[in-house]
Amino acid sequence: MSDAITHEAHHHGPPTGAKRWLYSTNHKDIGTMYLIFALIMLFIGGAMAMVIRAELWMPGLQLVQPDFFNNLVTNHALIMVFAVVMPAGVGLANWMIPLMIGAPDMAMPRMNNMSFWLLPPAACMLILSMIVPFFGGGQTVNTGWTLYPPLSIQSGMGMDLLIFTIHILGVSSIMGSINIITTIINMRAPGMTMMKLPMFVWSWFYTALLLIVVMPIFAGGVTMLLFDRHFGTSFFDAAGGGDPVLFQHIFWFFGHPEVYVLLLPSIGVLGMVIPTFARKPLFGYKSLVYGMAALYGLGLIVWAHHQYTIGMSIETTTYFMIGTILISIPVGLMIFNFIFTLWRGSITFETPMLFALGIIVMFSFAGTTGVMLAVVPADLQYHDTYFVVAHFHYALIPGSLFGLYAAVFFWLPKWTGHMYNERLGKIFFWWTTIGFNLTFFPQHFSGLAGMPRRIVDYNMIFTEFNVMSSVGAFIFGLSHLLFLYIIIKTIKGGEKATDEVWEGSSIGCAGLEWTVPSPPPFHTFETAPQVK
Amino acid sequence: MHLKRDSKLRLATIGGVFALSNPAYAEYGLNLVEPASELTANVFDLHMLTTKLAFYITVVVTVFVAFILVRYRRSSGAEADQEMHTNKFGVYSWLLVPLIVLGIDLSLVGPANDTLKQVEQHVDAELTVKVTGSQWKWTYDYLDNGVRVVSNLQEHEADEVGYLRSVDNHFVLPVDTNIRFLHTATDVLHAWWVPAIAIKKDSIPGYIHETSTRVTKEGTYYGQCAENCGKGHAYMPIVVDVISKEKFSEWVVARTADANAAAAEASADKVWSKEDLMARGEELYVKNCAACHQVNGAGLPPVFPALKGSAIALGAVAEHLDVVIKGKAGTAMAAWGAQLNDLEVAAIVTYERNAWGNDAGDLVQPADVKSAR
Repeated sequence: MSDAITHEAHHHGPPTGAKRWLYSTNHKDIGTMYLIFALIMLFIGGAMAMVIRAELWMPGLQLVQPDFFNNLVTNHALIMVFAVVMPAGVGLANWMIPLMIGAPDMAMPRMNNMSFWLLPPAACMLILSMIVPFFGGGQTVNTGWTLYPPLSIQSGMGMDLLIFTIHILGVSSIMGSINIITTIINMRAPGMTMMKLPMFVWSWFYTALLLIVVMPIFAGGVTMLLFDRHFGTSFFDAAGGGDPVLFQHIFWFFGHPEVYVLLLPSIGVLGMVIPTFARKPLFGYKSLVYGMAALYGLGLIVWAHHQYTIGMSIETTTYFMIGTILISIPVGLMIFNFIFTLWRGSITFETPMLFALGIIVMFSFAGTTGVMLAVVPADLQYHDTYFVVAHFHYALIPGSLFGLYAAVFFWLPKWTGHMYNERLGKIFFWWTTIGFNLTFFPQHFSGLAGMPRRIVDYNMIFTEFNVMSSVGAFIFGLSHLLFLYIIIKTIKGGEKATDEVWEGSSIGCAGLEWTVPSPPPFHTFETAPQVK
Repeated sequence: MHLKRDSKLRLATIGGVFALSNPAYAEYGLNLVEPASELTANVFDLHMLTTKLAFYITVVVTVFVAFILVRYRRSSGAEADQEMHTNKFGVYSWLLVPLIVLGIDLSLVGPANDTLKQVEQHVDAELTVKVTGSQWKWTYDYLDNGVRVVSNLQEHEADEVGYLRSVDNHFVLPVDTNIRFLHTATDVLHAWWVPAIAIKKDSIPGYIHETSTRVTKEGTYYGQCAENCGKGHAYMPIVVDVISKEKFSEWVVARTADANAAAAEASADKVWSKEDLMARGEELYVKNCAACHQVNGAGLPPVFPALKGSAIALGAVAEHLDVVIKGKAGTAMAAWGAQLNDLEVAAIVTYERNAWGNDAGDLVQPADVKSAR
């Protein structure tokens, strides 16, 4: 009896001090930690981008040496992909999936704790990989995030640190994914059938499945690289009977689905935000669910469109080209459904909605340049130029980062119990959107004019576009100080948020998060709710 | 509509995507470089097709979304239709998307496939050139007549013409000739790309890839390495001079004579004086070695070791020759034996042993190199 009482008392509030965070098994605390981690890394990765753009501001070498420049390019990408967008996505999943499906917590809370706490050491190693070359650690990792051998064999100790970083992050992602899938399958409240799941939950279901399929392949690939570097194997060394192109296939078998890992959670967020502010149920729920399945399937079998220049046979190339072009069908379907959710709605323009609308337009544009890139003969001119850089930043910044921003503004009132300042939010949207477009739109032209990626210096004919890009990048970068300010201000106080937060939040296949108070108590849904 | 080549105007034109679909802008750096071969012209046309498609789709989506936002904004009193997703349109309209998108896709796949076939079609070549990428220079071997051109970056003042686009030896090709390129690399990945006359194909160590072209216009064409190859990736330009067939024949004859003379000079049993070797050595060192080991011999430690005062440069000649000729496994040091003749190696090694205060004092003669190979 007394045991039961202490047990009860133990569960009333969160533990205090460092233990609350270090030992946490609470999905909300872990979600918060993921989000804060991603925000910190966003500023680190963003600072690297600022240095890159400052160097490219003018022709000539101003700030950094060529090797360090390409190390910045490598680590900027790895940080943005693995330490910003993915953790932020997992953070949202942690916070929202149990709340949305009426579960008391994630299915495996202790594993959840471990998934998160693997990240900080991995991030330290990731940053260390840039620092060791300054202290006798050999050649910098100047390969770009693709880590292609033989160049990556020439790199020094930094490369080994990156390989282990990828192993650790992979373990973390796989555990996180297992947890998410298990939670979605097993922990739904009675009545919450799969076809009633909020779109965000569906999107994470596919994302987690993708991660489980592709992360081990990548881990295997970089392990082979490690063996080539230190243990005398020659998987990727033609002189020893190996094949440098094999690594590219392994990398992109992971790398292409990875793009969808970054994208899908944000598509899920759109599926929540657009119905809310159009005050109308999501149009084409079923086709979205199956469309994402199609995207999942196609995404796994089109990887070599990143390598059209490696000299594949014409049949193979044609196959990858047609497969890639077909991706426009599920993606088109998503855009179509979101647009027709707006149709005959009653639309208001709060910050999350502004981001969602921006995504529809800018991501569609990225999709069309994607089709341009899929067409092999034309790609043989675009490949490895700034055209590609512009394309994938249009896909990944609106496609995933802006989706995360929409999510933050959408759920911040739920998390903190306070409304953010709408005026500041709108300023932030326009500021980032203008800065972003000014940065990346001109890069299409510098790419077409013939400027390759990953070069530290360029001929004067590219100057104008690079100046525009750099000015845009500084505007874009600075806007994030406002983002930080809004978040801190909202955590500290502000207008009280209602349980529902948004007028249209419970329309259509909404989550159950709007039925609990804002902010939610430390433990929610200890008794499973009944979903009609 | 004709615009002067003026940076302010160029800045002003960025505002509109419309610029993309107007070929008149091709020369203002807003579009792909003007093609100078049949193949690149076809690729250019395909590019314009996909660009227009991308442009129209973007415009349609944007305009449609903007229309909806205005028409169905709440402030205009719009009321949401809660049943729209359950009516016939809501249930079956998803079928429209694959139909429309597939239609667009198919309109692309046809032309794309035709052009792809041209890319992969290899007519009988009248001239075959092996293009080899190395860190950080291009080597062109004319397989039909044994001519070799090694092309390094050349310093150039900062302007639009030559900055990072000048090389010491231009790659020379005849006009109106079926040319086959064989692409390979000696160390890491590179990609040979001259947008006006040829598409990209990676140069991969251990592979030989084939592309072909037939240049239709004489002129000078620029390009650069398009696959990240490390420190000097930004410094691997390509300059191609396309000249008439007659001039090309003359060039081959002159080039062969030069090469024969150099080879004769190198293999002659002449004993060279220190001054001659040092002078030649300095020139060759700056061209071939200074990118890593620096002009002053100080290197960029820890990756590129200093030669000034180094144990190898001051130690036994045999070891020094061994490193230069065979390279050093596991490092960025390439094997120079295949690229330099005996005289050149002798000159470089002599220079390294006696420059920057190095005082080995000994001379290395071409004969020493020959026996060390």
